[in-house]
Amino acid sequence: MIANRLRRRLDEDEAHITVVDRDDLHVYQPGLLFVPFGLADVDDIVKPRTRQLRRGIAFHEAAVDRVALEDDRVELDDGTILPYDVLVVATGVTLQPEETEGLLGDGWRERMFTFYDVGGAEQLARALDGFNGGRVVVNLVDMPIKCPVAPLEFAFLADSYFTERGIRDRVELTYVTPLDGAFTKPVASERLAGLLASKGIELVTEFAVGEVDGNTGRLVSWDEREVPFDLLVTVPLHGGAGYVARSEGLGDALGFVPTDPQTLRSLARPNVFAIGDATNLPISKAGSVTHFEGEALAENVVRFLAGEELAAAYDGHANCFIETGFGKALLIDFNYETEPLPGRFPTSVGPLSLLEESRLNHLGKLMFPWIYWHVLLPGRDLPGITPEMPERGKERQLDPV
Amino acid sequence: MTTIEITRRALARDPEGFLVDSGEWTPEIAVEIAQESGIAELTPRHWQVVEFMRERYLETGTAPSIRSLGKESGVPIKELYQLFPKGPAKLAAKIGGIPKPRGCI
Repeated sequence: MIANRLRRRLDEDEAHITVVDRDDLHVYQPGLLFVPFGLADVDDIVKPRTRQLRRGIAFHEAAVDRVALEDDRVELDDGTILPYDVLVVATGVTLQPEETEGLLGDGWRERMFTFYDVGGAEQLARALDGFNGGRVVVNLVDMPIKCPVAPLEFAFLADSYFTERGIRDRVELTYVTPLDGAFTKPVASERLAGLLASKGIELVTEFAVGEVDGNTGRLVSWDEREVPFDLLVTVPLHGGAGYVARSEGLGDALGFVPTDPQTLRSLARPNVFAIGDATNLPISKAGSVTHFEGEALAENVVRFLAGEELAAAYDGHANCFIETGFGKALLIDFNYETEPLPGRFPTSVGPLSLLEESRLNHLGKLMFPWIYWHVLLPGRDLPGITPEMPERGKERQLDPV
Repeated sequence: MTTIEITRRALARDPEGFLVDSGEWTPEIAVEIAQESGIAELTPRHWQVVEFMRERYLETGTAPSIRSLGKESGVPIKELYQLFPKGPAKLAAKIGGIPKPRGCI
């Protein structure tokens, strides 16, 4: 996406652009949520990366061994060395189930699953298909995770799925989170907790998983509380890309790139930038963030190459549709300073509603893959949706709680 | 003792009890906040964590998460939960006089 944006800004005689990736498979990750319920096919959500790139962008398929910051070069596993004037780190996150004791032990991929990768989502689909009743626990081990609303959506969709199969009364659904509420920010957290309760999904908070026992089916917290399960749907710990952690001076202890929240330039070097999940910014690791960051980042890279001061500023804008089951969804919109609030989007008359379930929001979510492949990945902007968070339409006068 | 009483009364705290101005923090204040949070005595292991948190916050502007604490403070996560029951990162931040760690959404 950022390569496409830059290619549109810079002629081929101004800049060579090379994309390096370890494979040629681009996953539409929001689609993974639907795979376990048979609502999406893997074939529809995975496409070749090379087909998403504009003409005039080179693609090099290899894993990165390390970045030598002092020499301005990237060293690849296949022995290639790529020197650069500007480097953009867009590596996303890596799942780290091995960081939680017992998670990869007995029962992994048998009664303990994650839908956060393609293989896991497919296996979970088969497991759900054969599940006829018992305790289903949806858990996120710890923040940060990609798309922090996805495990909540999974719980809502599971409620819907078991109801439609006619076995909801035989399934005990529990949502287990290390946070002190259903979500991180107060207003949204309260609304989402209400939604969980209304669907008969039990909420267990401040539960930081220290160990998973797949034999007896138990989550054990660091402070020695336990939650039993027959089927565990977990979101494992996340870290940055391995090479970020390996490259001296580039990443923090978790492998994320310390990044200036406004300019998106890394704190490591003036000619290194970072975007999306790869950064350490205090904002969602979500596709919408990457999209909204894109404009500021492309502008700053162009300015840097021209020897000008960086000017463009990203405000932390993010939004997401939250599937709530039975053909409905809600929408949240927020930034560094403003938590998700109720109201209308993108203007004060809508058409979409914020923090409220509606069919239109669900249709928005269904339409989204098309927008993703045809507008966002090519690095274009959506008419009417600005990188800056809209103030209009947000209801700031709230009843005291 | 009187000084602490006076200092404490003058300190602005948010609804959850976090100091508004981390510059007003002193080790005496840490002891008092610990006591009201149910930690009768701050041992050297407590201090190791509290000081690490404070240093990291003053250096980077954000408080480290529980995972970073487990990796970098020299105190394993299991022990962090024994030292600071329930939410070690949150409680250690409160005792260290720095803002509540910002949960990323």
